[in-house]
Amino acid sequence: MAAAAPSNFEQPACFAFDAQSEAELAMLIGRYPAGKQASVVIPGLYVVQHQMKRQTDSAWVPVKGMDALAERLGMAPIRVYEVATFYYMFNMAPIGKYHLQVCTTTPCWLRGSDEIVAACRAETGIAGWKETSADGMFTMTEVECVGACVNAPILQVDDDFYEDLNGERTTALLAALRRGEKPPKGSTIGRQNSAPEGGSQTLLFAPEA
Amino acid sequence: MPKLTIDGIAIEVPAGSTILQAAEAAGIEIPRFCYHERLSVAGNCRMCLVEVEKTPPKPIASCAYPVGEGMVVHTDTPMVRNGRRGVMEFLLINHPLDCPICDQGGECDLQDQAVGFGSDSSRYDENKRAVKDKDLGPLVKTTMTRCIHCTRCIRFITEVAGVPELGATDRGEHMEVGTYVEKALSSELSGNIIDLCPVGALTSKPYEFVARPWELQKVDSIDVLDAVGANIRIDSRGPEVLRILPRLNEDVNEEWLGDKSRFSIDGLKRSRLDRPWLKKDGKLQAVSWAEAFSAIADRTKGLSADRIGAIAGDLCDAESMLALKDLMTSLGSANIDCRQDGARLDASRRDFYSFNTSIPGIEEADAVLLIGTDPRKEAPVLNARIRKAVVANRAPVGSIGPVIDPTYKTVHLGFDPSVLNALHNGSHPFADTLRNAKKPMIVVGQGALARADGAAVLAAAWRLAASVGALTADWHGFNVLHTAAARVGGLDLGFVPGANGKSVAQMLDGGVDLLWLLGADEIDTARVGANTFVVYQGHHGDAGAHRADVILPGAAYTEKSGTYVNTEGRVQRGFKAVFPPGDAREDWTIIRAFSQLVGKTLPYDTIDALRARLEQANVAFSRIGYLPRFGCSDLTGPSGDPAAVGDAPFALAVENYYQTDAISRNSPTMAECSATKPELAAAAE
Repeated sequence: MAAAAPSNFEQPACFAFDAQSEAELAMLIGRYPAGKQASVVIPGLYVVQHQMKRQTDSAWVPVKGMDALAERLGMAPIRVYEVATFYYMFNMAPIGKYHLQVCTTTPCWLRGSDEIVAACRAETGIAGWKETSADGMFTMTEVECVGACVNAPILQVDDDFYEDLNGERTTALLAALRRGEKPPKGSTIGRQNSAPEGGSQTLLFAPEA
Repeated sequence: MPKLTIDGIAIEVPAGSTILQAAEAAGIEIPRFCYHERLSVAGNCRMCLVEVEKTPPKPIASCAYPVGEGMVVHTDTPMVRNGRRGVMEFLLINHPLDCPICDQGGECDLQDQAVGFGSDSSRYDENKRAVKDKDLGPLVKTTMTRCIHCTRCIRFITEVAGVPELGATDRGEHMEVGTYVEKALSSELSGNIIDLCPVGALTSKPYEFVARPWELQKVDSIDVLDAVGANIRIDSRGPEVLRILPRLNEDVNEEWLGDKSRFSIDGLKRSRLDRPWLKKDGKLQAVSWAEAFSAIADRTKGLSADRIGAIAGDLCDAESMLALKDLMTSLGSANIDCRQDGARLDASRRDFYSFNTSIPGIEEADAVLLIGTDPRKEAPVLNARIRKAVVANRAPVGSIGPVIDPTYKTVHLGFDPSVLNALHNGSHPFADTLRNAKKPMIVVGQGALARADGAAVLAAAWRLAASVGALTADWHGFNVLHTAAARVGGLDLGFVPGANGKSVAQMLDGGVDLLWLLGADEIDTARVGANTFVVYQGHHGDAGAHRADVILPGAAYTEKSGTYVNTEGRVQRGFKAVFPPGDAREDWTIIRAFSQLVGKTLPYDTIDALRARLEQANVAFSRIGYLPRFGCSDLTGPSGDPAAVGDAPFALAVENYYQTDAISRNSPTMAECSATKPELAAAAE
């Protein structure tokens, strides 16, 4: 999916880091030796994206944001554009309030990601990938393995994983998000991290001496 | 020096060479798209595959594989052939088969290498990808669907031009080369990416659909639109110059060429003077050569020699300047000057007015001081060399004058010449930088010399060079950067006021009654008195011709064989590509013909005889192309008084790179380029 050309949609006229972003950037830049600030570019793009989410309810990276980051890191703007467009995690166009990232790679697919996709489509009315619902609440993206296969299937909402989903719980999750609630992230069937379903399966008793 | 064997040829190459370089040294051709000897190694086209014995049995990209002792390389095994054939098939998957409508056709690396190393058919019958074209400004036309992602243009713009504006956005099949945000390239060297592009993705916009390479007649020449003397090849068809390309010369322009030098050629077809004109009753009227000459001859009659003067312009060849000087001398006049801008250049010694470090010498410099110059605008190709030194030697650069962006980091030391004194007496912190450098380089621009205290600035710069150790027996770090191709040649020939002779300013302000302008358009013609009889000899109806009483149509640099001396003092010769339009003639022949009419026949009838006279006038003209490098043995400075520098801030000699002379001012392409620069548009208002 090629990123849309930046001139295809409205870009903000200016971008300035807010106090929270400044603090995050200062912390990030401090991690690297002087002269190596360019290493901050990927986390820095997240800073831009999060600030856009805070300010506009749409987590994306505008050109002015990349320019501001490039200036801060002493890089040519085009070097930042290259990185930002390379990675899927950065949205180069405005998105909905919640970014639904459905994993459809084999483990999730075997565990029923089709059901999640169908539930998302039904609940949000989105027809295709990278589209935004009519109410501007949701943008749905198909992603490759997010690395949580043990708790498949996964729906990543913005930065949070919702795990062990099925169609019903997905619908409930989206309804809650629409109401402005923020259900706890992690497994939706109550298991602890990636521990087995239904509690411990091994080491149930101390071995006899 | 590792020894290795390539296809049975034993060869020894410097350590750190790649297999591809070793193969080139052995005379074996290896196909490549992304590799370019002047750019960093990218290794992404995979066309240069070879097989190396005792490595894992897979083809190796030779452009990125360093040689090792005893290595045995094969470049023509079935594995290599299959590998290259496969790479070529992949490259052609998304490459359109639009060669018949592609400007690169006939000089396309992809075409040539597909024939040489590809297979005859493709197994791909899906849809090809299509990419939207980019707008890179008025010079570079893009057809991005043809791009094979070699990234040469990106590397050139970033590394050599120093203006990182091109990049590869997106990823994998969606990768696109471009600027991401639509903008015209701001580099003065952007035309070179057209030459670098191995396919037809980047082609010349002004040359779009004009000609095929096999229709062109190719003539070697020298560029005159700046003082670098870049070696060029003029491609013409019939009477028309269709394009100009750089020619390889490691000592001058490597293989680069500035945009003005490459794209001004449409100016050669506009406002040309193609017949003699004579002002009768206040209006210019077309006349014959004889009539024009006799009008001038009549005017010279009874005129004291002291009231006759000549000014040579910025594009003149040495031959015509010498002929004019000889004519003036035979008429008894010492009023000659080639310094149109009034630069206070000292012609008494060659190293007072030339770029003594030499262009290849720049690469050795480890500290640079720019005085009243913006080399990016005055000599972009030379600026790329300075950038090379800055990048390779981490040379610090200081600049005095307006704040400039020469594509590398500079420390701005001040606006006016007083900084020179502070540097000399060591009170300025940059003085230590210069003093501690082993090979410091001082570059004085015309902006620093074309002013009332110019001679003092020149002397102060020389004194500073001497005091920081820039003038030693094996290093000459004093440089004058010229903006006019004719200037050093003129100074070499002594085209400066002789004893009691008048300078440009004095001639303009009513010092002469007959003023002969040899292509001089950059003077303030409004200052010329109403009673002064002005002869304009040149090729364009520009400022000089507008004031003229007689116009003698001459030849532009593409239309004559001429000798030019670049800012280094390197004597170079260009050849005639096309004939001058209409009745126009080569300039020295005009002067020679006129001399006969006034009974002062110049003693040469052929260009060879004139060139013999050139060598007689200055022995430097006997060395064509080659420039010996000297250190500085005589520390005596130019005649100015270093203490007499004023405090007016320096101005730059070139504000608008794209329009500096009669040719580029008449070029619509150059006008378009100026229009893309917001700062130039603002200045014009």
